[in-house]
Parts: sequence; C-alpha cells; structure tokens
Amino acid sequence: MSDLTASYATDTPHLPGMSDEIAIEIRDMNKWYGDFHVLRDIDLTVRRGERIVIAGPSGSGKSTLIRCINRLEEHQAGQIVVDGIELTSDIKNIDKVRSEVGMVFQHFNLFPHLTVLENCTLAPIWVRKVPKRQAEDTAMQYLEKVRIPEQANKYPGQLSGGQQQRVAIARSLCMEPKIMLFDEPTSALDPEMIKEVLDTMIELAETGMTMLCVTHEMGFAQAVADRVIFMDQGQIVEQNSPQEFFNNPKSDRTKLFLSQILGH
Amino acid sequence: MSEMHAESVAYVRDTMLPPAAPPNQQLGALRWLRVNLFSGWFNTVLTLLGLGIIWFLFDHFWPWLSHSVWKADSVQECREIIAARYGEGATGGCFGVIRERWHQYLFGFYPRAEYWRPLMTLGLLFIAITPVLFSVNPAIRRWVLAVTGLITLLLMGVAEVPDWAVLLMWALIGTALLLGEYAPQRLLIFTLFYPVVGVWFLWGGSLWFPLMLLAGFGVGYLATRLVPPRHAGLALPAGIAAALIWWLFLAGPVAGLLGDLAPARLRVIDSNEFGGFLLAMVIGVSGIAMSLPLGIVLALARRSDMFLIHVFAVIFIEFIRGVPLITLLFVASLLLNYFLPPGTNFDIILRVIIMVTIFAAAYMAEVIRGGLAALPRGQFEAADALGLNYWQAQRLIVLPQALKISIPGIVGTFIGMFKDTTLVGLIGLFDPLKGISDFVRSNFAWKGIYWEPFIFVGAIFFVICFSMSRYSMYLERRLSREHR
Repeated sequence: MSDLTASYATDTPHLPGMSDEIAIEIRDMNKWYGDFHVLRDIDLTVRRGERIVIAGPSGSGKSTLIRCINRLEEHQAGQIVVDGIELTSDIKNIDKVRSEVGMVFQHFNLFPHLTVLENCTLAPIWVRKVPKRQAEDTAMQYLEKVRIPEQANKYPGQLSGGQQQRVAIARSLCMEPKIMLFDEPTSALDPEMIKEVLDTMIELAETGMTMLCVTHEMGFAQAVADRVIFMDQGQIVEQNSPQEFFNNPKSDRTKLFLSQILGH
Repeated sequence: MSEMHAESVAYVRDTMLPPAAPPNQQLGALRWLRVNLFSGWFNTVLTLLGLGIIWFLFDHFWPWLSHSVWKADSVQECREIIAARYGEGATGGCFGVIRERWHQYLFGFYPRAEYWRPLMTLGLLFIAITPVLFSVNPAIRRWVLAVTGLITLLLMGVAEVPDWAVLLMWALIGTALLLGEYAPQRLLIFTLFYPVVGVWFLWGGSLWFPLMLLAGFGVGYLATRLVPPRHAGLALPAGIAAALIWWLFLAGPVAGLLGDLAPARLRVIDSNEFGGFLLAMVIGVSGIAMSLPLGIVLALARRSDMFLIHVFAVIFIEFIRGVPLITLLFVASLLLNYFLPPGTNFDIILRVIIMVTIFAAAYMAEVIRGGLAALPRGQFEAADALGLNYWQAQRLIVLPQALKISIPGIVGTFIGMFKDTTLVGLIGLFDPLKGISDFVRSNFAWKGIYWEPFIFVGAIFFVICFSMSRYSMYLERRLSREHR
C-alpha cells in the first residue's frame, strides 16, 4: 500500500492549484464497528488542492473513511491529521477541524425549519462569529455561485432535490472551508438533477478546492479527479490517476468493479 | 393504451393535453348527509343510535337545567321555589350557590378588599404571555391582547375592585396594545419581570424582596462576564456561586435596606388564604412555566453520552413517573418538614409547586425525548459537520425541530398537570373542585349540593384547557406552514 502512495507522489504531474502542502494525512488508521473491522490499515496523504474520487462497492468503507476525516466517525487506531491538527477525542480540536472541513451528504441534511439563507448563515454567525449582514452577503454570493439566489427565502422543503443539494454545497462553502468532503452527493437524486449538482462540483473543483468525493459518477471522476482511490472490504485496493485507473486497472477486484458499473 | 397497441406499437404524441377542469361535484347538504351519515345500512343504524343517545341525554338533563334557580339563599329555598313553579316532584338546578359563593370558587379566602391584586396579576399574565405565544402575527396578538384585557376588566367589574385599579388596568392594557403594535420586543422585557410582579401582587410584603431574588440572576451573569476569557471554563461555576452567595447571604439584607429607604409594601397575604381557581392558576402556571425547561434538560440528559448524567436522568424520570402525584404532594405537605432543619417554614404553595413541577417535568422529558428520537440522524451530523458545538446544535437545530414534533404531547402534559392541581385538595389546600366545595357544603344552607359546583368548576376548567388545546393546534398549523 505504501508503495502505491509513494510512487504516486513522484509520478503524477503537478496540476494547477495543487501544492506540496499536505491537507490530510492518514496513517495506519483502523476502525471497527463492534467486532466488524470496517477500515483496515488505511494510509492516505492528500495534498492541498488535490481532487480525489473514492469508489468501491457498497459496504467497502468509503463513506466511513471520509466521515472519519471530520470525526463523524471515530477511529480506534492510527492517526488522522487534518490541516495540521490531529484528531483525538479533544473536542476543541474536533470543532476546529469541523469548521475547516465542509461536508455534503447523500440526503442533503438541510435544516428544514430554517430558510435557505438561514441554513447558509447559521454556522458562520455562530461558529465564526461573523456579523449577520456580512454572513448574509457571503451566503448570497455562494448561492449565486450555485445558481439559486432566487430561492434564498424559501424553505428547503419547497426545493427540488438537485436544488437542495446545491444549497447544501453553498452552506458548506459559506464557512469558507479548506477541504470539502462529498458523501455520495448525487445518489439520492433523480437522473435529471444529477447533472446540475455535478456541474456545481466541477466548478468548485476548478477553483482549486481540496476535494474528497465518494461517488459512483465515473464520468465526474474522469473529468475532475487527480486521483481515484478504489476500496474494497475496508482497504484501499488501488489508487491511480483516472486515465490509468479506468484504462488500465491493475487488480482483479478493480477490473470486476469497473466491468460491472461500466459494462452496460 | 390497449386500443393504441391494437393499431400499432409505435406511438408519438404530437400535442400535449392541456389541464382540464375536474368533473362537477355534487354539492349541498343532502349529499353531505348521504355521504357522512347514511352511506350504508350500518352507518345509518349508527347515526340513528347516536341521535337516540343525544336525545336521551338532552331529555333528562334539559328539564333540570331549565328549572334552574339563581336567586336563593339555601338548597331548601331552591326546592321550594322549584316546587312552587313547576309542581311537586320537579327537579331543577340550584345555581344560587354560585351566585352567593362564586368569589370563594375564584379566590378562596383571599381578603375581599384585595381582590384587585389577583385580578391585576391575571391581567398582567395575559400581557406577559401573549407576546411570547403569538410572536409572529401582529393581528392575532392585538386580538388576543384585547380579548384577554376585556375578560380581566369584566372580572374586575364583577369583583367590584376599586376604581383606581380598573383605571390602572385600562392603562396597562392600552400600553400593552400600543407596545404590541410598535415594539413587541419591549413587551418581552416585561415578561422577564412578570414573575416578580406577580409574586409581589399575590403575596404582598416588600417589593424589594422578589426583586432582589431576580437580581440574583443578574449577579450570576455579571460574575460569568468578570471571569477572564483564558479561564472560560470557570465562568459557569463562578456565576452559579455568585448567585448562590447573593441569594443566601445578601439578598435579604439588601432588600430590607432598600425597603427602609423606599418602602413599597402591600399587605401580606398568607398562603393558606389562597384557594379556588387562584390557587389552581398559581400552581398550574408556575408548574407549566418551569416544567418545560426542566423537562428539556432532563430529556437531553437522558440522551447524554456522559454516563453519570444519563443514569441520574433515568433514575429521576423513572422514579418520579413511577410514583403517583398524590404521594409527592403528601411528601411536600408532611415529610418534607422532617428533612428540613427545625424552625424553617417553607411555604406550602411553593412546596406544592416544586412537586408538581418535577412530576410534570418527568413526563415532559419523555415526551420531548420522543421528539428528539424522531429527528433524522442527518440533522445531528449536519450540525456537527458545520462545527456547531453541543449546545449550539441543540438550541439552533435539534430543539426547535424536536419541540415542534412534541407539541401535542407537551400541551397534553400541560393540560393534565393543570387538572391535577385539584389534587392539592387532598393535602388540605382549598382547590376549587374539592376543597372549596367541601367548605361550601359544610354550611347548613348548602348541604348536599353537588352538581351545580361541579358544573361551574368544570366549565371553567374546560374553557382553560380547551384554550390550551386550541393554541397547540394553532401552533402546529403555523409551524407546519412555515417549515413545510
């Protein structure tokens, strides 16, 4: 595993917006649910500005992995360092990491009792202590970026799934995070709405944001990712540039997976 | 579709159908009757049976009610009047007892000359809670303030309070209406001070004493602010300590001193002069106001990850819920005196309020826990992922949604608790249902009168509980409209 990481670091050309600074470092990380070993010996280094797509069959631990990065899940062994802060049970560090790491969920998880604008300004006002007016201005900017400023005063329940997910992206961006995590952001959407969310994510990728996306959208992976990570049974099985990953998969498990999702 | 398939499988629609109006519905009362009351033989039988029962009840009850006598000084006199009017053997209600003793049902043994004080407290209660209950819609707020104000003035008229008190009430209602129109936030400041004003009006004594008790919260808050930011963890303990020191050692002397400088005293009314609906309202309103926050804290504690807090909450809730309220009331009235240092005289109404509050809070906690459990896990995760800390997440995300889900249960608990205040009759207080009625019947003139007081007291309880129920429905409707 460490071989792959090491060779990757030297082989890949530097893409625009990517630096040598390390955004996330995971070393020998293990996690169990009771007796079940969900994540096994995970080693992963993410550089600032890097776009990573994590793929794999369901139950392979990919969501759990990115949820460990902002401590929605707790790891039991190994180390996770995010933006120079190691995640331990220290609540202060956890809150600090969480305010720097945005997350977009499969089921949007917007707050239904708040308007779109209030969803976006809540965390800046209470966590960052930004004045309300300023937070609203920022929120409107990001809502314009995801192309739904006209919905600002509606409640999430009044929007379509695609619109809700774009609001969720704007809500995360309002905290001006350094890293964005996407946990299957398009899996709960109607086919017609997937594109509008992916377009937003592609635009975000073009700004140089560090992104980790768990997704089954292989087109998105090919277009945007600097690196694709394939997981199975709680382990990283293969990681490579998207070209190599899709055209020249190394492991049998990857080949099988690709043949199944691209086969029809 | 099948016809199309018969012609050819391929099909392309060349014009889209415009939306069409629905077919005409039959309207009118006849249709309504047929659909709702006589839709089949079984339904028809049920309808006829229901009508029969209604007729039976009406037939038995109406003569009694229509033969009611309002002007009589004793049960005996009532019977004579009814016999004279409707013939020997006729029955009728004897509401003369209400006419003569209404004031005891409302105020207990509160001195008659001081009736303006509980009524003023009631009027101010309306002014204090209206801006909280109807914070969104100014039209409803105006309407509620006006109606409750008129009710207060009407009661003042019936109770024959001094003119200056009526004028003062008019002025207060006018001010509240104006403030409610232009600066509803100001009314909320009054809400904060209402407990002090209420306690002072009801029990009398020096105004400074309850004011200094309230000041304890200010002292505690100041102490938290004085702690330097680098010891932020000490702020809360420091605040609590400062408030306790203030309440235990300083509040009394300071209040006494201020009382000497600027006396603001009302005649002291003892707790055992309270009775009737005054007592029920004092216990009910305080219990409602305090059991909700306590219930929220208990519900959060029960879901806490911290083992000791969780265990404490479980034991507290299960113990209190597992014991009948009357047991707690007996503890309040008898046992508590054994545990307290000799010589302490801890007000009986206060003891009862504490017991009723923790009893309702235990139920409240379980109702709210249901609301918390109904929230999808994603809401907690989204709040966490945005970096909100525990209390921010609870206050801004979790509780607003959980409380909204629990509204019917919460109001149900309130209503149950308000009716349970009549149980204080069993520990010797004069609740409207038993305490006062027993007292009224102990007079020879009203011996053996049961139905009339029950109807009167029941009607007032119904009006209050029904209002609470309607409010809960209004709130649910409002919140569901807002949130979708």
